[in-house]
Amino acid sequence: MKVVESRWKFVAVPAIILVLGIVMYIVHGFNFDVEFMGGTRMEINLKQEFDNDEVAQLIQDATGANTKVQHGKDKDGNDVAIVKMQATEDDNAAKGSAIAALNDKYKQTDENGNVTEITEHGNVVSASTASASFGKEMQKSALLYTLIAILCILVYIAIRFEFKSAVMAVIALAINVLIMAAVYSITYIPINTTFIAAMLTVVGYSINNTIVIFDRIRENMKGRRKNTSVTEIVNESVKETMGRTINSTITTLITIVLIYFLGVSAIKEFALPLIVGIIAGAYTSIFIASSFWAIWKESELKARAAAAAERRATKKK
Amino acid sequence: MKKKSIVILCLSVVFAVVLNLIAFVDLSSAGVNYGGFEKNIRKGIDLAGGSVITYKASIDNPTSEQMNAVEAIFQTRLNSAGLTEARISKDEGGRVTVEIPATGHDENAEGSDMRDTHTAASVLGNVAKLTFRNAAGETVMDGSAVKKATYQYGKVSNTGIREEHYITIEFTSEGATQFADITKAAAGSFISIYMDEDLLSSPRVDSSYASSGITGGSCVISGGFETKEEAQLLANQINSGNLPFKLDKESEQTVGAELGDDALPRALLAAAIGVLLIIIFMIAMYRVPGLIASLSLLIYVGLIGLAMGILHTNLSLSGIAGIVLSIGMAVDADCIIFERMKEELALGKTIKASVDAGFNKAFSAILDSNVTTIISCVVLYFSGIGTVVGFATTLGIGVILSMFTAIVITKFLLKQLVNIGIKNRSVFYRAAKKGGAE
Repeated sequence: MKVVESRWKFVAVPAIILVLGIVMYIVHGFNFDVEFMGGTRMEINLKQEFDNDEVAQLIQDATGANTKVQHGKDKDGNDVAIVKMQATEDDNAAKGSAIAALNDKYKQTDENGNVTEITEHGNVVSASTASASFGKEMQKSALLYTLIAILCILVYIAIRFEFKSAVMAVIALAINVLIMAAVYSITYIPINTTFIAAMLTVVGYSINNTIVIFDRIRENMKGRRKNTSVTEIVNESVKETMGRTINSTITTLITIVLIYFLGVSAIKEFALPLIVGIIAGAYTSIFIASSFWAIWKESELKARAAAAAERRATKKK
Repeated sequence: MKKKSIVILCLSVVFAVVLNLIAFVDLSSAGVNYGGFEKNIRKGIDLAGGSVITYKASIDNPTSEQMNAVEAIFQTRLNSAGLTEARISKDEGGRVTVEIPATGHDENAEGSDMRDTHTAASVLGNVAKLTFRNAAGETVMDGSAVKKATYQYGKVSNTGIREEHYITIEFTSEGATQFADITKAAAGSFISIYMDEDLLSSPRVDSSYASSGITGGSCVISGGFETKEEAQLLANQINSGNLPFKLDKESEQTVGAELGDDALPRALLAAAIGVLLIIIFMIAMYRVPGLIASLSLLIYVGLIGLAMGILHTNLSLSGIAGIVLSIGMAVDADCIIFERMKEELALGKTIKASVDAGFNKAFSAILDSNVTTIISCVVLYFSGIGTVVGFATTLGIGVILSMFTAIVITKFLLKQLVNIGIKNRSVFYRAAKKGGAE
């Protein structure tokens, strides 16, 4: 196991995912949900075929709100239109006129002349609205609380281990968080409050792996002999903890993958980024955090040794 | 010693099974009054269907007394609208969140669909300030003069022609005097009754009242109500007093009940299969200790189920995700301990010494890694963001409980196993094959 020596090779994998994420971000940006942007999101079962652009245009003309429409499925597999309207002066009124416009176009008349109308009660499966200021505040507090959590973890590790470990753990974390953001951009999963929950879970969980490895390094460093290099210690520690890291990642993944396959769509959207985040968490803590820590520590020890040698040299004179 | 340990291990299995039965199965027929997991947790809106509405105070920095008053008034208004299941929570910055679960699944049933919650919600944030104004539009009396408002149906007066919905307002003794004064002044003209800026009723005061005004201490608002609910709601609003300021609706989320119906059973199924797979995995990887870990995992699952039920946790989708995640993480501590034990055994130590060393050396790693998870749970909890708080609560409880099961219960059970005095080391670990890698 030469983890430390091949550290730059290991950086390549997350780098590729990140580049892909950035490309997709340029292509279509993030899919911010209304909780973050303000506006209205509705899932409407029109009970017939429809064209996304046509529905969007219809609503846009009726409400003046910039509208995007996607196809989606409800839990019974029916086609639903997922309508996202930008925030307006009065979102309730906009919602009403949007449904009225859809009714004009999509109400159905059977051969007996009975009209089935499109109504909020009958066709809207779920709806959420948020004002634009509320969305902005959510964005702010989401970012704020993630940063606070990371800061607290950093302080804790700095106390329990050393400052260098804390910095490397947080860098590994930052990579995980970026990879998850890339997943959201690549898959176009809507970003809402569960996004924060997913992010923070990964922050909390992947730090576990990093700590277990650092814990072993801490222990092995205590019994270090003069001629053993830091690199050797880190390689050995990573090897020793590898079994545990892989096994506990597998047990955690078992439940989340099951949730992904068995859960309803809202849970699926939450589980997928978690799966990626947990794999990324194991990867970065095994291959990145400790190996770069080793290089940093080694250079510090060398500098110290050099300084000591210099002191001895000046004394002799 | 040996016999005692075998008995203890068997009892633990029985304990784990009984614990899970109590936690998840409704045993009321067998005389256990607890009722199981699903009966005791409170389902979040995304599981039960309904609306979540967030209001924000229209003034900056409302005091906590003001917010308490708002909460009380919201509660009264929701109760009187028949939405007794609604939950209210307030956070800093003058925000109030109301969760109204859908009450029924029958789409055609009157009074159980979402539109009811919708109307109730739309008036929740109104100040509900009742004012009496004279013909010139000047406010001459306000809601503080009112003792009680009652909804009634019938002919408003003896000379009335049709039956209608109306509200009778009784005044306080001071209010009665005040009302007599203003009607005296308004004799031959109008008194208008306003709710906030909405004109409710504008009755004429007969000129015959010019001498003494209307005495008797009550008046009637009529003419504007199309439905019973409308009149009832207004009476309730008047009774519940006026909000210290207006609250604007900031966000609203509505989920159909049928959408959430499936979520909980499917998540529970995922959890059950997950536990089973983890048990198989742990036994395959760690043999007999894996079996012990499985036993304490079962105890953990029972404990967390019971904890959620007893605390009547408000469980939303993300909360379920938190629980399921914590199940996966619960065996993490076991993995750390057992890997450590394997290493000690490989060094040639006795089984007993290896078990002890495994626990001692693994402890710092388990503690540090769980503390960081707890840190992020605590930060999340204080974020006050609805779905996130639910997630943080369940994951936090889960992590603390799992530390307990791993460090206390697994250790206890493993000691019993050691006491049985198994000599065969392969029960505890798979020795590295000779000539294998490293």
